[in-house]
Amino acid sequence: MSSSLDIRLKRANKVYHEGETLAGVVVITSKEAVQHQGISLTMEGVVNLQLSSKSVGVFEAFYNSVKPIQLISNNIEVVKPGKVPSGKTEIPFEFPLHVKGNKVLYETYHGVFVNIQYTLRCDMKRSLLTKDLSKTCEFMVHCQPQKSKVQPGPVDFTITPETLQNVKDRGSLPKFMIKGHLDATNCVIAQPLTGELVVESSEVAIKSIELQLVRVETCGCAEGYARDATEIQNIQIAEGDVCHGLPIPIYMVFPRLFTCPTLETTNFKVEFEVNVVIVLHDDHLITENFPLKLCRV
Amino acid sequence: MAAVKWHSRVRKYEDELQKCRLDGASLDLSDYHPLKPITVTDTKSQRGRRKGSTSSSSSSSSSVAPDPLSSMLDGTDPLSMFAAASASDDLGRRRKEREEEVGADFEPWSAKRAEILARFTTTERLSINLFMGLDKGKVTSPTSAVSEKVRTRLEELDDLEEGSQKELLNLSQQDYINRIEELNQSLKEAWATDQKVKALKIVIQCSKLLSDTSVIQFYPSKFVLITDILDTFGRLVYERIWSMCSDPHPLPETFSAEDVNDTAKETCLNWFFKIPRLRVSAIFKCNRFLSRSGIQDTLPRLTSMIRGIGDPLVAVYARAYLCRVGTEVAPHLKDSLNKSFFDLLASFRQIHSDSVQNQLVMHRVEIPVYLTLYSPAIHWILQCVSYRAPEDYINCADIWVEFTCRHFTKREVNTVLADIIKHMTPDRAFEEAYPQLQSVIRKILTYIHDFSVLFSMERFLPFMDMFQKDSVRVEVCRSIIDVFIKHQQEPTRDPVILNALLHVCKTMHDSVNALTLEDEKRSLALLINGFIRMVSFGRDFEQQLSFCVEARATFCNLEPVIIQLIHTVNQLAMETRRVMRGSHSRKTAAFVRACAAYSFITIPSLTSFFSRLNLYLLSGQVALANQCLSQADAFLKAAVGILPEVPRNIVIEGKQRSSEGFLLDFICNFLSTLLVVPDHPEQGVLYLVRGLLNMVQDYTWEENSDAKVRVYINAIPLLAAVSQESYLYSIPKVDSNETLYGGDPKFIAEVNKLCETLIGQVLDHLKGLGRDESIRKQGSLAFALFGCLLAHGDLRNTKLNQLAVNLWNLSHKHGYCDTRTSVRTLEHIKQQAQHSDMVHLSDMITRLSLQSRA
Repeated sequence: MSSSLDIRLKRANKVYHEGETLAGVVVITSKEAVQHQGISLTMEGVVNLQLSSKSVGVFEAFYNSVKPIQLISNNIEVVKPGKVPSGKTEIPFEFPLHVKGNKVLYETYHGVFVNIQYTLRCDMKRSLLTKDLSKTCEFMVHCQPQKSKVQPGPVDFTITPETLQNVKDRGSLPKFMIKGHLDATNCVIAQPLTGELVVESSEVAIKSIELQLVRVETCGCAEGYARDATEIQNIQIAEGDVCHGLPIPIYMVFPRLFTCPTLETTNFKVEFEVNVVIVLHDDHLITENFPLKLCRV
Repeated sequence: MAAVKWHSRVRKYEDELQKCRLDGASLDLSDYHPLKPITVTDTKSQRGRRKGSTSSSSSSSSSVAPDPLSSMLDGTDPLSMFAAASASDDLGRRRKEREEEVGADFEPWSAKRAEILARFTTTERLSINLFMGLDKGKVTSPTSAVSEKVRTRLEELDDLEEGSQKELLNLSQQDYINRIEELNQSLKEAWATDQKVKALKIVIQCSKLLSDTSVIQFYPSKFVLITDILDTFGRLVYERIWSMCSDPHPLPETFSAEDVNDTAKETCLNWFFKIPRLRVSAIFKCNRFLSRSGIQDTLPRLTSMIRGIGDPLVAVYARAYLCRVGTEVAPHLKDSLNKSFFDLLASFRQIHSDSVQNQLVMHRVEIPVYLTLYSPAIHWILQCVSYRAPEDYINCADIWVEFTCRHFTKREVNTVLADIIKHMTPDRAFEEAYPQLQSVIRKILTYIHDFSVLFSMERFLPFMDMFQKDSVRVEVCRSIIDVFIKHQQEPTRDPVILNALLHVCKTMHDSVNALTLEDEKRSLALLINGFIRMVSFGRDFEQQLSFCVEARATFCNLEPVIIQLIHTVNQLAMETRRVMRGSHSRKTAAFVRACAAYSFITIPSLTSFFSRLNLYLLSGQVALANQCLSQADAFLKAAVGILPEVPRNIVIEGKQRSSEGFLLDFICNFLSTLLVVPDHPEQGVLYLVRGLLNMVQDYTWEENSDAKVRVYINAIPLLAAVSQESYLYSIPKVDSNETLYGGDPKFIAEVNKLCETLIGQVLDHLKGLGRDESIRKQGSLAFALFGCLLAHGDLRNTKLNQLAVNLWNLSHKHGYCDTRTSVRTLEHIKQQAQHSDMVHLSDMITRLSLQSRA
């Protein structure tokens, strides 16, 4: 089959906001002229919820609540039935990103149990004898800036054996004192998470200090829900027995697609947390957890 | 016309002076006089009486009307302001561009590279663990939950080829180098064949090797080898993004983020997102694609990130690498470099920590050997930190010097200067800092006006020596002399000041060459003259003269300075005369002759004829005043001698002008001096006058010019004065011709004959002017001669009387003469006629008719 179909969006980063127009071209490449029954574009936005294996049994009953939620589904015809000449044909299009009714466009998010995805599909219908051609491309949606003001407040922390919660025998722990702060836990998603960490003292050499970004996804409704925390990324900020007393920067960029503004709906929630993880040389693992609230401004 | 016999009128100068003298009317303060300065007296009490004064609350203030020229020059004039602005602008821009890249004066990494490789070698067996370089410990402790997660996350990237784990053991040093080079090659290949993920994997694996300090002696060399790979990668990424931007137009060498298209930005961002933490430094340069402040923001962050590296050796090399990458793109961002250095100092104590000590025991390496491993990295960091450090230093010093000048004494200023010299001399750093160094000088000059203090600072002149670029040097010299002229109150003979300033002036003078503009020369000469005028050795005249001799040798290329020196020497001679109250001793007589000799041999070196003429005349007068008769003779003869060479046109303010007026003025001036010059015993009567008149006759005057005849008419009063019994003026202790000849009839006869010849010449000329177009000239010349006869001729002589009447009538014949002048002349004659010895004039008046214009 010598014909191919492609969609090229004008915007290189493929990020759009509600009310904007997706502009681009449909590219048809073919050695010979192509007869077709019309070319159309379909815009779709879907939230896919998936239940983790450990909770499937419990949630069989609520199966209905986890079927995909459609956010947007629009269709336009680009070309009426006819013939496309041989060679490369570019058909420009403009497709407004409008929602019907009072539906809200959530931000694109690729998670484990929650996926919010927007696609643009181009279909070329053809006669019975030849297969229809189809091409899908994903585009990103960023929600409108949130109106509520973000209050950036630094959060100080001190970690010593005494501050740990789940320890039975404090006597067996080596002595250490780690201080630091996060510049904010109300974070702007486009800006990095920043802060500082100082190893004031430690009896046992430090092996590693890591920043772990965790997503907490909740699916379900009032009757019952599944809440799962999984790691998005883990960034090592220190390796080996770092110099005591010298502040080490905490710096983490929120990865695109894998994070979105903290989201809370009737059917699902997407939240984020960061763990400061300190591994001592004797493989003691100390974790300090900070819930985050991400937003877009 | 028959020759007229000349009879000079006998003059009684004293009486005439008495008659002419105005009644001195003393001026009352309140009387109006146009030359009185504007004085404002308290107007409140006197308002009724005074008019036209401005009201002022101050009881008395005198103000001079502002000079419009100087007020225009008050601000900077717009032309030079533009020039200055554009110059500084341009400079600023160039500076900025230069700042943002490393110059050739920076020893490149490549030079260091080979040195390190040769110095740090090992015979131990090496290994490359391409899977577990970083996580060696973690593999042995699979219980660690996080480590497991880290591992799963990294798994995709860690595998070079799917599922393969490579551990190359037991490599010799050469094998190791070869293996790394292979990796470098496969990186390039992978990139070229568009296997970006594989390329990235190689880079990540390699950068992990950097944290492996087994076979620690070899670490520096290993660092060099592996950073080569990182460099390759950084370059590949940079070039790729560059090429993305180059469509359709290639980017300019100094592009900014705005020039970069979106696709390229997106790709660039992608790289930044993909590549975790420190390795970003490899593609650091790409930041330029993203935003203007990208580098500025990232560099400090990366710098502090290195603090997270526990092993001090690995950390110091990471710092060195960051400094290197940072300096390549932004050598002006010193803060991060300094931070790297201070972090290095802070973390140095780690060397004595248990973990390092244990490591050393394990590797069987002694502390001294271990410390040498640090040296290449520290050396490199220091090189980056110190690069262009003088620039920062001098910017601070520039401020400090003002503070010191304002609040401390010369000792402290001297210390600051010494410090600046110490910092700016190595590597000729001063060459980059002329503006700042100039500003230092300016500030010192603003606060220290006492030049004996200034030059007694022993570091001041060595400081000046740092200005080695000619234009800057001259600029600085100018500002020094400028301040000296403005602020030096009294003339000085301080040898320190003189020596230093002479040197400064010499520098200015030596900057003059064939290409120097006239204006520039003039302003330099003005400054040097200002300096020369402030030099005085008091009563030590000989010293002063020898100073002038030295100065003449030093400033031979600037004519105005030479002129000034001649004036200075003449003044010196007159000063000597004043001190000796007119009668020289043998010693002072010899001295003033030396002064004359100085002038005499200096004047010919001038190119301007009028400068020479005037100086000859002036020096002649000075010599005469000092009773140096033969010297005076020589000066005046020399002046007469160059008269024929005076060009008909001279350049004045850039325009060709006829020299005739100037020449006429000079000759009249010269003639009046000749009255007191005694004749040379071996020459004929009035030989200088004759010589002058001969020259005037032979001179090629302009065509149709009356200049020659005017000179003749002007010579008659001199001759009349010469034949008086006692002269109008004389020079004390110099016998003029009045004494020499004592009114000898033969002498008088000679003089009269001369007059007759002159009158004959004038009359001949008048005859030739009979034609229409020159009638006006004829009238005016005839009137001039009439005036001359009236004032200096003895009109009791009927022939002379008749000639005067004829001349009057000739000048009025065509009605071209100025009636007012004629009327006033008649009034004058009437007034004269009232004197007892002038009654004959009343008779003449009747024959002088006023003719109204036809």
